[in-house]
Amino acid sequence: MTEQASGAHHPQPRARNGGPQSATVEHVTGAQSLIRSLEEVGADTVFGIPGGAILPAYDPMMDSAKVRHVLVRHEQGAGHAATGYAQATGKVGVCMATSGPGATNLVTPIADAHMDSVPIVAITGQVASKAIGTDAFQEADICGITMPITKHNFLVTKAADIPRTIAEAFHIASTGRPGPVLVDIAKDALQARTTFSWPPQTDLPGYRPVTKPHTKQIREAARLISQAERPVLYVGGGVLKAHATAELRVLAELTGAPVTTTLMGLGAFPDSHRQHLGMPGMHGTVAAVTSLQKADLIVALGTRFDDRVTGKLDSFAPFAKIVHADIDPAEIGKNRAADVPIVGDAREVIADLVVAVQAEHDAGRTGDYSGWWEDLNRWRETYPLGYDLPEDGSLSPQQVIQRVGELAPEGTVFAAGVGQHQMWSAHFITYDKPATWLNSGGAGTMGYAVPAAMGAKAGMEDRTVWAIDGDGCFQMTNQELVTCALNNIPIKVAIINNGALGMVRQWQTLFYNQRYSNTVLHSGPGADTAQPGAGTRVPDFVKLAEAMGCIGIRCEDPADLDAVIEKANAINDRPVVVDFIVHEDAMVWPMVAAGTSNDEILAARDTRPDFGDSEDD
Amino acid sequence: MSKHTLSVLVENTPGILARIAALFSRRGFNIDSLAVGVTEHPDISRITIVVNVEELPLEQVTKQLNKLVNVLKIVELEDGSAIQRELVLVKVRADNETRSQIVEIVQLFRAKTVDVSPEAVTIEATGGSDKLEAMLKMLEPYGIKELVQSGTIAIGRGARSITDRSLRSLDRSA
Repeated sequence: MTEQASGAHHPQPRARNGGPQSATVEHVTGAQSLIRSLEEVGADTVFGIPGGAILPAYDPMMDSAKVRHVLVRHEQGAGHAATGYAQATGKVGVCMATSGPGATNLVTPIADAHMDSVPIVAITGQVASKAIGTDAFQEADICGITMPITKHNFLVTKAADIPRTIAEAFHIASTGRPGPVLVDIAKDALQARTTFSWPPQTDLPGYRPVTKPHTKQIREAARLISQAERPVLYVGGGVLKAHATAELRVLAELTGAPVTTTLMGLGAFPDSHRQHLGMPGMHGTVAAVTSLQKADLIVALGTRFDDRVTGKLDSFAPFAKIVHADIDPAEIGKNRAADVPIVGDAREVIADLVVAVQAEHDAGRTGDYSGWWEDLNRWRETYPLGYDLPEDGSLSPQQVIQRVGELAPEGTVFAAGVGQHQMWSAHFITYDKPATWLNSGGAGTMGYAVPAAMGAKAGMEDRTVWAIDGDGCFQMTNQELVTCALNNIPIKVAIINNGALGMVRQWQTLFYNQRYSNTVLHSGPGADTAQPGAGTRVPDFVKLAEAMGCIGIRCEDPADLDAVIEKANAINDRPVVVDFIVHEDAMVWPMVAAGTSNDEILAARDTRPDFGDSEDD
Repeated sequence: MSKHTLSVLVENTPGILARIAALFSRRGFNIDSLAVGVTEHPDISRITIVVNVEELPLEQVTKQLNKLVNVLKIVELEDGSAIQRELVLVKVRADNETRSQIVEIVQLFRAKTVDVSPEAVTIEATGGSDKLEAMLKMLEPYGIKELVQSGTIAIGRGARSITDRSLRSLDRSA
């Protein structure tokens, strides 16, 4: 008889809070109990829209001095705003919606937060408990629907259970591997009389995340690091979530190993640090992708060997031993077998690794990576990220993004949508600080940028927040600019407007013989698909921005670029939207075509880097 | 592929079976059999799952199950060190000529005849899947009119109990 996995759990005191109960017991409604609970867990901002089933909760919400409610225009906006808030502040984001369609409109942002391990709590109203299961008006089984896309969810049918459930939801969302938790509360539970006292007794006997790494595994990892000749630190979003950037920098500088940060990990290690190779993966830098392919040791920290990083899995990093540290044991060995598995919080893992590597050094065992750095530097110098300016004098999207980044005030937070502009934002903006880059990595949710930027700005009022969005993404969620305008959330939006669904168009250019099926956004059927930029300019984003209470600016001429960005940066009393009309044929390079090996990376179209393979093989 | 029997101790909360079943289908694992019931502790249910997978996916499914908040413990019960049982109820066509032959088969397999009518007998049998399969093969020629089968349940041999530690963590009097 073998005990599976349970051995990985350290015995811990029960999660149940055995501390002294607050002496005061308040007589309240379930709804008041909910708002009091949100106040107690420190939720200062809630994004949401009221409706029938959640209506009781909105009455006491009005009186709360601690919880600010931001009335969004679509529940999807509330969900992404909660995510943006959480990613920027490190706190749990909160969104609220009513039953049925209100709740199902949260499904996309919940799935998005689940893929990117973002701690949010979604609170939904449910029809009265007696009506559950009767196909009542605005009834949807949101717990059933969100079961596979939440870390956990709760259906609450008794008012007395509300404080405990809220406490447990916030605890689950924010600890271990973070993630979304949904709390569905029946309307009669919100209306019923109950008592409120805090803290409630929580009861989660099956939830015991492991944070402390195994010492033996740490020592083994340190031994491999000092023995390696071609190591790479492969760093993901887990390092940001664990607030381990300072520890990571110490480890990187102590070992002298190169660092690559994934799309979710940008900002975990300074982009401008000389040991940083850039981003790995499908649109990673040649140096980063190649470093993993040629490495003899990969130290994976808070990352999950996603298919967008590994390319064709069986040809990924063929020479590398793998040290894989993650707080989620299920990620270790899921895609790539680990030689040294380490379950733990990235901060504790890295701090322990620093001590163990130092001990190796003290014992006279230091890795010599000088030959490795010669290769890395050669790849870096030969194949840097870059772009050509359009010959027709139009705006280059990469240049726009690069200048937005360069002219942004210190500490600016950037949120991107999904597509070409997202990859260019990853490439051409320098992220030296954690929590300055928000995006939808795992789910690839178009429409993420505007509401996420809104959430980030609501949580970090003193920071400049730029949403870098495509014209396709922008048309999915731009209505939240109304929310921004009316609630004094002055975000800035750069629309990288190429008149097309750019990334899909790029694939059509490369893999579908330039047959541009349904990727032109500016015009209807019969448009000149070769030149989507020359379309009708419907919608007019400047007018649209103004209609929503924002300042709208258009920029078409490279000569105006800096002046327009500076003008946008100077406006801080309302949202600004800049419609950058850019060339439609710009492409994202480098690129590893889907389903192929990372060895087949193309630095630019038809340009496969020369790695001197014949020597290596 | 090989068969593995997992005993999963869970909090006795609504929806837990749906969570487990959904996890299997979402991650692409097939369940051979599944049995759920209460344990000696009213707050804990025990789910016995038989899966047909390789070692590596088994590790993955176990880890994913462990991530479910209401799952307390997962133990793999291996053939040699555990007792595994299924229950079948089978209705076999029988007339005056064949009835005694069928009853003889029933006795051979230490099964029970639980209902008799002029055209059929209903048999109750428990055992490991091999034994039950063998019995059904013997009964097949007579004509099986209806068959119902439970999922496998299993318990480890010896004095140790897999619920001990989970019980302690749930003990409300502490």
